[in-house]
Amino acid sequence: MTPVLNVSNLGINFGGLQALDDFNIQVKNREIVGLIGPNGAGKTTVFNLLTNVYPPSRGGITLTGQNTLGKATHEITKYGIARTFQNIRLFKSLSVIDNVKIALHNSMNYSLLQAVLRLPSYWKQEAAATEVCMKLLAVFNMEELADATAASLPYGAQRRLEIVRALATNPKVLLLDEPAAGMNPSETAELMHTIHDVRDKFDVAIVLIEHDMSIVMGICERILVLNYGLIIAQGTPEEIRNNILVVEAYLGQQRGE
Amino acid sequence: MPKLLKSTPFRYALNATAAVGLYAVIMALINTGILNRYQALMLIPIGFNIILAVSLNLTAGFLGQLPLGHAGFMSVGGYAAALFSMSVNLPTNIELPLALVIGGLVAAAFGVLIGLPALRLKGDYLAIITLGFGEIIRVIILNLKFTGGAYGLKGIGRQTTVTWVYIFVIITLYVISTLIKSRHGRAILSIREDEIAAEASGIPTTYYKVLAFSISAGFAGIAGGLYAHYLSILDPSTFGFMRSVEILVIVVLGGLGSLFGSVISAVVLTILPEMLRGFAEYRMVIYSLLLVVVMIFKPSGLCGRYEFSLGDTIDNFFSMIRGSLIKKGGGSDDASA
Repeated sequence: MTPVLNVSNLGINFGGLQALDDFNIQVKNREIVGLIGPNGAGKTTVFNLLTNVYPPSRGGITLTGQNTLGKATHEITKYGIARTFQNIRLFKSLSVIDNVKIALHNSMNYSLLQAVLRLPSYWKQEAAATEVCMKLLAVFNMEELADATAASLPYGAQRRLEIVRALATNPKVLLLDEPAAGMNPSETAELMHTIHDVRDKFDVAIVLIEHDMSIVMGICERILVLNYGLIIAQGTPEEIRNNILVVEAYLGQQRGE
Repeated sequence: MPKLLKSTPFRYALNATAAVGLYAVIMALINTGILNRYQALMLIPIGFNIILAVSLNLTAGFLGQLPLGHAGFMSVGGYAAALFSMSVNLPTNIELPLALVIGGLVAAAFGVLIGLPALRLKGDYLAIITLGFGEIIRVIILNLKFTGGAYGLKGIGRQTTVTWVYIFVIITLYVISTLIKSRHGRAILSIREDEIAAEASGIPTTYYKVLAFSISAGFAGIAGGLYAHYLSILDPSTFGFMRSVEILVIVVLGGLGSLFGSVISAVVLTILPEMLRGFAEYRMVIYSLLLVVVMIFKPSGLCGRYEFSLGDTIDNFFSMIRGSLIKKGGGSDDASA
């Protein structure tokens, strides 16, 4: 099976610092891949390069066979990469449903003139968008919160809303940046279910950055370990657990067992 | 009844009726002499200040950027409209709207030209660069032959009437409020909320910044055209930095992100200096004091982000009455049972 996301020799330098080098990954459809490593290893940088928040210094990125390297971030979103952020970035003072509708922007195509004159295409597409939003929110049991302000949601719901918003762009690959950060164990357990559900219901591949090893070991089919901008190991959770390099660089210190 | 009130066509009909009704009231007040000639003339500056404030609110309140060159766009539109109407000879009722549309389009084109480089910057930097552009426009107009230079442009037809101002105020409010509630408007709001997240959600942020900026400039241009045909003379020195700040003060006082607030604030801040004329030298002190007091006690502006909706207000009114009726009805039901 051809991979949905194919990244080869990706790298970036910030001045003299090589933040990431020689990064290769092939993600298959519906695969859940974990990306771990100590702080500052370059995990979020990978996401920022994939979405062109920083233009990569070198390397190639193809998404379902199309080259997305050097394309603007909003273009890449159209090709099918969506992401969440380490520090939640919602449209805070807007309603929950508007947060999701903004991500549906490109699925509508009525023009400015049609919008201002309120022509039928406006009404039709807006009604369809509202329906899509409500369906998406319903999947996450958030339909009753549709009119609430995003900032007023509890922390866990804000994290979920970010995932809903990312899914609204109809991605093929979903990048989750520390989705369990700041969650308690029961919320974390719920999140693991959610991530599985998302993969099954939306048919997406998921790349996940996470420090919580119970999540990474629990749901990832494959794990990549980064340290100082280089991949030091990759394999199944079992292989990673027993990899001496990883234990030395990371797990040994973290778990302290 | 409640269903009819909630239906969208009814809401539009309601708002249209209200707009026509308000116009009828204003004209009646003028014709019966309740508003004297001087007060009637005040309606015109109130009108173009509303247009200026509402249009600036699109960039300052909804897009979340802080431009300080709104007077520059106003002058571009004003000169373009005036030069057009002076060079053609059409019936007034065709010439004026045509001139205003041309003024608006020229100002919008300048908005694109200036917006493209300026909107790469944010916050203070954008404020300073737009301030610079505003001054550049003023100095260029000051030094051009066909704009009359420092003598000003004289002999512009005095064609602005209360009716035309009213029509363009309504158009401005209609266009900007419908724009905000569309996918384009949501894109603009998302940039204010979080630009990185907007871009990641597939919003071409640069495009929408420039779009909002140039629509805002376009309406400022229309206001400039109304201004030119109201005073019949254009003087570049009236479009300086202070003018831009005055408009910004109206927007901030009304509430960044509230069109209703901008309208109220424009009315109050246009009338207030006139009403304070009796206090002579203390006029500006009182004016400034008012601004300070509002900013201390209501930093988000008079209206915050509140939007007035006639339909909702009537709905609430009826549901209040219904609520009290049901309470009474409920009481009697209990009694009978």
